[in-house]
Amino acid sequence: MKKLLVLGAGTAGTMVVNKLRHRLDADEWQITVVDQNPTHYYQPGFLFIPFGMYGRHDVVKPKRDFIPPGVEMIQAEIEEIEADNNRVKIEGDRWLDYDFLVIATGTHIAPDETPGLEALGDEGPDNVHTFYTLEGAMKLEKRLRTFRGGNLVMHITEMPFKCPVAPLEFIFLADWWLQEQGLREDTNLTFVTPLPGAFTKPVASKALGGMLEEKKIELYADFNIERVDLDANKIVAYSEEEVDYDLLVTVPLNMGAAVVGRSGLGDELNYVPVDKHTFLSNQHDNIFALGDAAALPTSKAGSVAHFAVELWTENFLRFIDGLEMLEHFDGHANCYIESGHGKGLLIDFNYDTEPLPGKYPLPGIGPFSLLEETEMNHWGKLMFRWMYWNILLKGKEMPVPALMSMAGKWSAG
Amino acid sequence: MATELIGGVEIHVDEEGFMTDPGEWNEELAPALAKEIGIDELTDGHWKVIRFLRDDFAKEGQTATLRRVSTMANVPTKDLYQLFPKKPAKKMSYIAGLKKPVGCV
Repeated sequence: MKKLLVLGAGTAGTMVVNKLRHRLDADEWQITVVDQNPTHYYQPGFLFIPFGMYGRHDVVKPKRDFIPPGVEMIQAEIEEIEADNNRVKIEGDRWLDYDFLVIATGTHIAPDETPGLEALGDEGPDNVHTFYTLEGAMKLEKRLRTFRGGNLVMHITEMPFKCPVAPLEFIFLADWWLQEQGLREDTNLTFVTPLPGAFTKPVASKALGGMLEEKKIELYADFNIERVDLDANKIVAYSEEEVDYDLLVTVPLNMGAAVVGRSGLGDELNYVPVDKHTFLSNQHDNIFALGDAAALPTSKAGSVAHFAVELWTENFLRFIDGLEMLEHFDGHANCYIESGHGKGLLIDFNYDTEPLPGKYPLPGIGPFSLLEETEMNHWGKLMFRWMYWNILLKGKEMPVPALMSMAGKWSAG
Repeated sequence: MATELIGGVEIHVDEEGFMTDPGEWNEELAPALAKEIGIDELTDGHWKVIRFLRDDFAKEGQTATLRRVSTMANVPTKDLYQLFPKKPAKKMSYIAGLKKPVGCV
C-alpha cells in the first residue's frame, strides 16, 4: 500500500485529496490529511465582515464536510516533518509514514514579529485591528460601529502576504461605507504600503493608484514598518517616517507554518522552496508544496492554489509512474477587486504577464471587464462564494482555464 | 542595452542603473559603485552584507530581500538602514552588482 500524506486541509490540501481520491486506486493508495483546525474558513469573505455585509455563518463550515470518503482525516497538531526518514510526527507522539508528502500548511499572520502588534487580539488596544482572521474581522466590525471619524489607516507590513488585493478592497469599501454613514468628510483615509505604488505591477498599479486618487485616499508608498507606537498612535518606519492614526487596520507580517521552519524545509519566512512550474521541493524528490505554503513568485491566493492543484494533479499521476512532469504551471492568478458602491474589478495575470485591461471570457456567464469597475464584477465576486464551497473545494471542474490566456486582453503597449 | 563607465570599467546596466550581468562584477568594483550612490567608504558591516548577497545570489539565482538578509546573515533591518540609508534594498543590491530584489505579487 502506498501512502500519500497531505499536511493541511485548507483550500489547496482539500482540493488535492478530492482530486486524487478519484484518480488513485483505493486498493493501492492510502490518502491521509492532517489539520489541527476543524473549521474551514472562506477567507475572501473576511473582507466583508467589518462592514456588516457578511457574518460568521457566511464564512465557516466544518472541514470534514469537504473531505471525500476513502480519505482519512486526522485532526491533530503537526509537530515535525522528518523528511530524511519520510515521516511526520503529530501530537500524541504519533508518527505517520509516507511515500509522498504534500505540504499545504498555508500562510498565517505573525503580529508578534512587529513591536507594538503583539497585543493584536482580544486584549489589544481598541484602535489597532486586522481583518485577516475571523475574530479580527468581527472585532473590527464592532469597532467601526462606534467610529466617528479621524485618521483611518490601512497598512501593509511586508510582502508577500495572502490576497494582495484585499487591503485595497478594504480601503475602497471603507470609503463607500463611510459615505453611507455620513462620516466620509470627517475621515482621512490613508493607504500605507511597502511597495513603490498601489500594487505590484505597473499597469495595475497605475489604474488602482488612479482609483485611490479619485476617491481621495492618500497613498503612502515605500513605507517599511519598524514598530507601532501605541502610546502616540502612530506607525514608525525604519526610515523614521511616521504616520498618525486614530484607527489602524493592518496586515501583519505573513509567515508559513512554524513546523516547516522547525523541520528545516523553509526559507526565511517558512515557505517551502519548490520548482515554480512543478511544485517539487528543491531538497526532496518526494515532497511537494502547494498553495500559500510554497515559496513562489506569484500571489498567495486561492485562485493560484486552484490553478496550481489542477495542473499538479495531472503531473503527480505522471510522476508516480516514473514519467516526466509535463504540465508547467505559469503562476496564473485571477482576482476580483471589490471597489465599493456595488462595483468591482477583475485582474488576471501570471509570472510573465502583468494584469492588463480588456475582457475576460467566461462561457455562459461572462465576459467580465478586466481592470475596470463594473457591477458585473461585483456580482462575480459574490457568486464566487457559492462556487468555492460547492465546486472548487470538492475538486469539480471550474469554468476557467488553469493556464492564463491572452484572449480578450489588450497588450501592455 | 545601456552601458556605464564605473571606476574605469564598462558595465551593462538596466534603465535604473542596476548591473544586468553579475559576471561583470568583482570586489574592486564595489567601492566605485558605492560612491555613485553617496556611500564613500565600505566598512566591514557593508562587506558582510555584500558578500552574503553575492553568495546567496550564486545559490538562489535571485537577490535576497531585506528580510532574507536580516534572517540569514543576521544583520538587523535597523542596521541595514544605517549602512545603506533610506533605500537599503536598492542600495545594497546596486553595490553588489545585482538587480534590486523583486517585490513579490
